[in-house]
Amino acid sequence: MRLFVSEGAPGSLPVLAAAGRAQGRAELLVSTVGPEECVVPFLTRPRVPVLQLDSGNYLFSTSAICRYFFLLSGWEQDDLTNQWLEWEATELQPALSTALYYLVVQGKKGEDVLGPVRRALMHIDHSLSRRSSPFLAGETESLADIVLWGALYPLLQDPSYLPEELGALHSWFQTLSSQEPCQRAAETVLKQQGVLALRPYLQKQPQPCSLEGRVVSNEPEEEELATLSEEEIAVAVAAWEKGLEGLPPLRPQQNPVLPVAGERNVLITSALPYVNNVPHLGNIIGCVLSADVFARYCRLRQWNTLYLCGTDEYGTATETKALEEGLTPQEICDKYHAVHADIYRWFNISFDFFGRTTTAQQTKITQDIFQRLLARGFVLQDTVEQLRCEQCARFLADRFVEGVCPFCGYEEARGDQCDKCGKLINAIELKKPQCKVCRSCPVVRSSQHLFLDLPKLGTRVEEWLERTLPGSDWTPNARFITRSWLRDGLKPRCITRDLKWGTPVPLEGFEDKVFYVWFDATIGYLSITANYTDQWEKWWKNPEQVSLYQFMAKDNVPFHGIVFPSSALGAEDNYTLVSHLIATEYLNYEDGKFSKSRGVGVFGDMAQDTGIPADIWRFYLLYIRPEGQDSAFSWTDMLFKNNSELLNNLGNFINRAGMFVSKFFGGFVPEMLLTSDDQRLLTHVALELQHYHQLLEKVRIRDALRSILTISRHGNQYIQVNEPWKRIKGGEADRQRAGTVTGLAVNIAALLSVMLQPYMPTVSAAIQAQLQLPPPACRALPTGFLCTLPAGHQIGTVSPLFQKLENDQIESLKQRFSGGQAKASPKTAAGLTAAGPQQVQALMEDVAKQGDTVRELKAQKADKNQIAAEVAKLLDLKKQLALAEGRPLETLKGKKKK
Amino acid sequence: IPVLQTNNGPSLTGLTTIAAHLVKQADKEYLLGSTPEEKAVVQQWLEYRVTRVDGRSSKDDIRAVLKDLNSYLEDKVYLTGYNFTLADILLYYGLHRFIVDLTVQEKEKYLNVSRWFCHIQHCPGIRQHLSSVVFIKNRLYTNSQ
Repeated sequence: MRLFVSEGAPGSLPVLAAAGRAQGRAELLVSTVGPEECVVPFLTRPRVPVLQLDSGNYLFSTSAICRYFFLLSGWEQDDLTNQWLEWEATELQPALSTALYYLVVQGKKGEDVLGPVRRALMHIDHSLSRRSSPFLAGETESLADIVLWGALYPLLQDPSYLPEELGALHSWFQTLSSQEPCQRAAETVLKQQGVLALRPYLQKQPQPCSLEGRVVSNEPEEEELATLSEEEIAVAVAAWEKGLEGLPPLRPQQNPVLPVAGERNVLITSALPYVNNVPHLGNIIGCVLSADVFARYCRLRQWNTLYLCGTDEYGTATETKALEEGLTPQEICDKYHAVHADIYRWFNISFDFFGRTTTAQQTKITQDIFQRLLARGFVLQDTVEQLRCEQCARFLADRFVEGVCPFCGYEEARGDQCDKCGKLINAIELKKPQCKVCRSCPVVRSSQHLFLDLPKLGTRVEEWLERTLPGSDWTPNARFITRSWLRDGLKPRCITRDLKWGTPVPLEGFEDKVFYVWFDATIGYLSITANYTDQWEKWWKNPEQVSLYQFMAKDNVPFHGIVFPSSALGAEDNYTLVSHLIATEYLNYEDGKFSKSRGVGVFGDMAQDTGIPADIWRFYLLYIRPEGQDSAFSWTDMLFKNNSELLNNLGNFINRAGMFVSKFFGGFVPEMLLTSDDQRLLTHVALELQHYHQLLEKVRIRDALRSILTISRHGNQYIQVNEPWKRIKGGEADRQRAGTVTGLAVNIAALLSVMLQPYMPTVSAAIQAQLQLPPPACRALPTGFLCTLPAGHQIGTVSPLFQKLENDQIESLKQRFSGGQAKASPKTAAGLTAAGPQQVQALMEDVAKQGDTVRELKAQKADKNQIAAEVAKLLDLKKQLALAEGRPLETLKGKKKK
Repeated sequence: IPVLQTNNGPSLTGLTTIAAHLVKQADKEYLLGSTPEEKAVVQQWLEYRVTRVDGRSSKDDIRAVLKDLNSYLEDKVYLTGYNFTLADILLYYGLHRFIVDLTVQEKEKYLNVSRWFCHIQHCPGIRQHLSSVVFIKNRLYTNSQ
């Protein structure tokens, strides 16, 4: 038999991967033909790959060719494989060819490409995780896996198109990609050029018909209902019938919360916010709010949970702030600690304890760890060249120096890290350093310092990570950052500073120095626990019984993933180390950057003044939680999500369900006689609940929120189709039916109120009060969907839950905060119009004039240096213009490169 | 898209998947082909049915389908050659709505398709509720090929 392939034809991938199956059973010749060559005599349009059989017959379908190879090897056809192949041909291929066309032919990127295939990818992921089998149609790799792998490979081999939240799809894809026949097929077809190897072929193909007239939306579409088995329905109905009996026993509330042997003990920390700043929305979603959702979820699961946080108070920044405000550092800390506590209280963050780092416990524990490290030879001494500002008469902390990044040339790099290239910087290596306080140029002075000998601790950390990472829920970015640190080699890190406001160093010759935050901020978690309970060691020296979840933004990963574990392992005191490190990406503000050190964005205390309830903020921030990729806060989007998801979907459903009980049944839940349709709905809800649990157990907070909205969408459809408001006016059977529909709907509303509790605690409590949900049902979320509001249960007064956000309201807020931004930080490039039109006009003229000058000089072949100087002027003018027009600088730079 | 809830096991989605399942249930596996080659050919034409014939196919699409099929069937009695299979049944069902609308001239133009279609619709138990399409045996348009 003869296989015809063509350069870059995507169908060659599965076919070549499957061809191995036929080996030894038939001779296979491979011929390469042009993309427009008609191999099959009876087909008008050219098609490759094609298999010409020895009988003379042709197979022109990629799946059929693969199937043939499998059949030759003795494989038997089965329903599940047929189903996957049919789905591949009818659903996946149209979506995929659109995505590939966008990517390869039109050069689009990101969501434009992912949008068309997202649903199909979710379907595969969902099926894999529901079957909890590593392969699509059985326990071993088979035809369906090869065909789908081959179809998806060109797109998914680029990790940016393999959404991280789709974990099951991820591991399925990796498993197949690492197998030899697949690897060989991939090399043959893509020739290590990635998806671009398909271009010569795809360019010659007609535009996929699905492109015509179909609007590609990146909003989640109404999800089609999965098909249910009898067994799934039986399980769901049995759970439902248990009612309140099905609730798990409630954990008695204790104070203090301490680990219990044999139970699931969950210790949750959120990164300690730095005290002298009011936290902005990015900080809130990045740590405290994310951790809060998880802590609330753990409590609903009746796990023994302790959630801690506190303010990080030591350091130069506090000293400086104290100088500015004419207070002592301690007074500054007291003042801002209260500001923080108020903001988190307003956002309803359910800390078991919100402490601070300026305590005696902090000194005691930090010094103890230090002494142990010192005694074990993990501390080095060295002289350090350090920047000192003569004008301010002090050594400058890293964050108080700015200059040009020695690696990428970014002009506003900080003394410890460059925001642009993300590399860590030694402050004295900065070019053109400036003191951030007085703008004068600091000088280099030397000083004795202590270093944590990370290279010596490296092996221990690596061993610990090897034990910890597999099977844990560390987010991919946390794994990646930690690994890249280890890969680049660990270096000794300085752990002392020439400051007064800090934990004193208990060593002779270091009396006027303190520990650097690198070393002692993460010890804050321990000291805060020690201030909460004197039995703190039960949590922190108990790695066997405690699961430690630490929440943070990704810039904090090295401290939690490498530095603190190094100190703790070196101290050899059986410390509890992080089991699951949950790091978010960055949240941007509108289209600009949202950054603490630059003062751009909406801040915690301002959120309170907008008149928008805390729960709406929580909902929207969690809905856009930067999980897996950066995301952006947008006022318009917030309005849209509030009005569509909360008001029209969730609020509408819960309110209708409650209203029907009040209006039609006098406030008493009616008798429910479930038909098979009702049982199916119940099963769908139960499966979605299961999905919610799976996601939250893996701390996929944003995705689990989608499950809540999906259930209420099912609920709305159910009410819409069954029209209880009409049936209630009908005969006995119709009234009976109206009762069942209303009863089931109000029970779904009750379930939603509990699922919503981690996300929107106030709204959740409001729903539960309206429905008079029995208290045990409010406090526990079992894995099955139970009937918690049985027939005859009396509900309370039902009222609307959400308010519409109006356009003018949002526009004025947008205005208000963009003005505040401009004032706070006139030199940011955060998409604000800082200049009037006249100024812009003048700058444009200058740019044009300077452009002419440069062109003239170039035409005259003038001196190189002279040209360079004029070009520099031109670039500077362009930059000013960009700022004046409110364009972000990044785009300008991008253009320059092209 | 049709869904079949089976008695013992998960439900099945998709026309050809369900049809193949029912064929097996009815102990008529020969309808899925007997050799590896025949099995692959049957599945290829089943896929052809759901991707090329179904959906929002335009007039031009259908004309292309008929042209290709006509050419393919030139030397064949059935889609697999000599054996009647599920591919013939489902393609017959899929094409019926287009074939009823063909003019006498078009039926002659796609002569091999017409011969095949007429043959399938007369196989016992196949036509079911579908109308019988009339084909004229003697040719009226001599130049239609």
